[in-house]
Amino acid sequence: MTATTYVGKPTSRVDGRAKVTGEAKYAAEFNTPGLTYGYVLSSAIAKGKIKKIDASDALSLDGVLQIFTHENAPRPAYFDRKFKDDDSVAGSPFKPLYDAEIKFSQQPIGLVVADSFEVARYAASLVKVEYEAEQPDTNLRRKPKGHKAPKGKTGFVPPKDRGNADKAFKNAEVQFEAEYFHMPEHHNPMEMFASTVIMEEDGKLKIYDKTQGAFNSQTYVTKVFGLSKEEARVINPYIGGGFGSGLRPQYQLYLAVMAALELKRSVRVVLTRQQMFSFGHRPGTLQTVALGAAQDGTLQSIKHEALAETSRFEEYTETVVNWSGMLYHCDNVKLGYYLRNLDLYTPLDMRAPGAATGIIATETALDELSYKLNIDPLELRLINYAEENEFEGKPFSSKALRECYHQGAEKFGWARRKPQPRSTREGTKLIGWGVATGMWDAQQQKAAAKANLSIDGKLVVGSGTADIGTGTYTAMTMIAAETLGLPLEDVTFKLGDTTLPQAPLQGGSWTVSSVGTAVQEACEAVGKKLLKMAKKMKNSPLSGASFEDVEFVEGKVQLKGDYASGVSIIEAMRQGEVNFIEEETTALPNFLKQMKYARNSHSAVFVEVEVDEDLGQICVRRVVSAIAGGRVISPKTARSQILGGVVWGISMALHEESVLDHNLGRFMNHNLAEYHVAVNADIHDIEVIFVEEHDDIVNPLGAKGLGEIGIVGVAAAVGNAIYHATGKRVRDFPITLDKLL
Amino acid sequence: MSSKVLTEPIGDVAVGLPPLQRVTLTINGAEKQLEVAPWTSLLDLLREYLDLTGTKKGCDHGQCGACTVLVDGKRINSCLTLAVMKDGCEITTVEGLSKGDQLHPVQEAFIEHDAFQCGYCTPGQICSAVGLINEGHAKTTDDIRELMSGNICRCGAYPGIVAAVEQALKVCQPNQ
Repeated sequence: MTATTYVGKPTSRVDGRAKVTGEAKYAAEFNTPGLTYGYVLSSAIAKGKIKKIDASDALSLDGVLQIFTHENAPRPAYFDRKFKDDDSVAGSPFKPLYDAEIKFSQQPIGLVVADSFEVARYAASLVKVEYEAEQPDTNLRRKPKGHKAPKGKTGFVPPKDRGNADKAFKNAEVQFEAEYFHMPEHHNPMEMFASTVIMEEDGKLKIYDKTQGAFNSQTYVTKVFGLSKEEARVINPYIGGGFGSGLRPQYQLYLAVMAALELKRSVRVVLTRQQMFSFGHRPGTLQTVALGAAQDGTLQSIKHEALAETSRFEEYTETVVNWSGMLYHCDNVKLGYYLRNLDLYTPLDMRAPGAATGIIATETALDELSYKLNIDPLELRLINYAEENEFEGKPFSSKALRECYHQGAEKFGWARRKPQPRSTREGTKLIGWGVATGMWDAQQQKAAAKANLSIDGKLVVGSGTADIGTGTYTAMTMIAAETLGLPLEDVTFKLGDTTLPQAPLQGGSWTVSSVGTAVQEACEAVGKKLLKMAKKMKNSPLSGASFEDVEFVEGKVQLKGDYASGVSIIEAMRQGEVNFIEEETTALPNFLKQMKYARNSHSAVFVEVEVDEDLGQICVRRVVSAIAGGRVISPKTARSQILGGVVWGISMALHEESVLDHNLGRFMNHNLAEYHVAVNADIHDIEVIFVEEHDDIVNPLGAKGLGEIGIVGVAAAVGNAIYHATGKRVRDFPITLDKLL
Repeated sequence: MSSKVLTEPIGDVAVGLPPLQRVTLTINGAEKQLEVAPWTSLLDLLREYLDLTGTKKGCDHGQCGACTVLVDGKRINSCLTLAVMKDGCEITTVEGLSKGDQLHPVQEAFIEHDAFQCGYCTPGQICSAVGLINEGHAKTTDDIRELMSGNICRCGAYPGIVAAVEQALKVCQPNQ
């Protein structure tokens, strides 16, 4: 180990100082002289038509520049494909201010632009809107019948049946079947969606956008408004949380760019917290799971069906049921996934989309089955351990889930669990323990990066990826510094700018695997040039050495393990007569290698709850989350990722639901006082274990990504612990205290 | 079935806009004479007029705590406060906590314990923690959890926040 080895060592966030001092700037914080403010008018109805808009009072106010509605707004593009983005689904994307039709509650129906925020907001309150309202349908349960999800690139169609699940279920010694339900949830990142569009003197746009992909926003803007890439630069150095909400361009971007182009002014549009409930959300689902097993616990049949909501204009799909066929060994599996169109906005990927909700049903059902069988729920999972992905008949590239179960159980003290529900109490508190399994994909996407090493030993690496809080800045800086053997403080990683090399959306837990690989390759390309120069030096101890023979440590390139052979990289550049070395590379996944394997991360979650017997109050006292996620690049930020995922899981289990008034078709708790997310007092001890997992198939770094696996399974484990504590099974999430009384 | 819905504006239409008012605020140690509209919140004054964007807007309704600043040493939600109400007061924002390059112990502790991810709630959390330390009520870990619950962290960095506040309490109140 040397002083310039960082990967796997706890490192404080390199952007930490900027974030604790307020220097880190988010989309709504780039100020410019002459900036104007757009305030979005939202529809008061969920379905129908706008009959009349009277903006005359508002327009007469001092400081109001324009009020855009469907009556006067431009329609820069017509075809759906112009509005498609990297995370689009089948159907026709929403086009703001295109016509009088209202498709969902709080649909943007206008934009007031004024020279101050306060005037714009006040003017918006003066606009009179007359509607012709129709009765919306927003109730998934009203008619629990859907249609098959569309096939194709953007549809997640469940795989074909395995064996004969119906027959095996009928013949099984022990059968269990139940229905599970949860309401929609909203991402609610702390930063509200915002775009600051700066109109530069040459007419080009500099767009500060809240997005998980600067390139995605740029492509959208250029296609819709017919601009060139040079005319629309998108920048997002800091993003105040995403969780999937920034995977598609949101309507404030469209409105801000439209207004800037029309008025030839710089425009900022920030949504209100209420309006944060007016676009994508985690879809509510109604699921049934049927499990058949032999008396010894071996699963003989798994049936899992889900009905999910989507909008009337797009077919949003996610992988809800497929996990049930991959988590455990079982010869007979039947899956079904159906959609129903409702008068709501299209759902949108939200942290571990599909898995976070589908696995709740699977893992709760398995827990219920364990009581029927009288087998410890952890033991039941081990009995049915899947050694391969049985849908594809492929081995896993690595799967240390067994170690997750063992290490997690050991840390938690699972062996001391009393099998009977309601068997542990402390005064009026009932104590219960629950376990669940989690699973997510380990993916890699195409990504590019550029590395520039200057003669003063400073390395600047750039890639147009994002850091939504995941620790991208830190992990990339560590990878770059270690690859070229430089001190961390001499390395700067740049992201969030469409002038940088192209990177994929930040989502799917693939940033470290994709961008990290590109960063490593770009730095290696610089390293190869350095070695060439070092070899040319007089009496070079490296002459004859190949790139595989050398390592970069502490500002030197040397033969592996031979400190005496070290040549200063600055000296090599000086003698090579260059002031800098710059290399750009594009890293592609090794498809041939990867396609032979199923590539997934896994987790085992252990939860202890206490439930007040009289009041129903639930407290999650203890969580142990054991993760098999490949190699951990940045342990400190990785731990935070998992902690955050666990907090989300607790929040999902106990608090989060977007409550619909089906008469109005409106999310009624559209604010942070009534849409409950876990607060500090809700969170107690959480322990994270990273189980060792070596994997050279997923990508050259061996990292599987950790942004999503942390949430999967947690809500089920909480529910299972509540059952163990109280003897009451709640299949309707979130498990609020009224459901326990 | 269809029906007509007419949404009327709330209240009478005010013609013209409210006149500006003169206030004196000491912000991060510097006295400022300002002319502000009475409807401008302290939060918007900081962010939109003084370019002090460290203080964040997370809900504009006093529900999330992202806009927490210190007014005469006490933590408040700056979104629920009109700037004109604070004439003569001393305001400290996240930008005013460090002394030159020297970070405030709470800021140091937040970095050390990775008490944030996206960083958006962080200035509010930090100002809230400084306010909590000034109050002197937090004696236990559960006290900290309770007294920091007005500041939502959607990334779920609560374990780090609690550890950071515990450490800062020891530094700032060594006798307790």
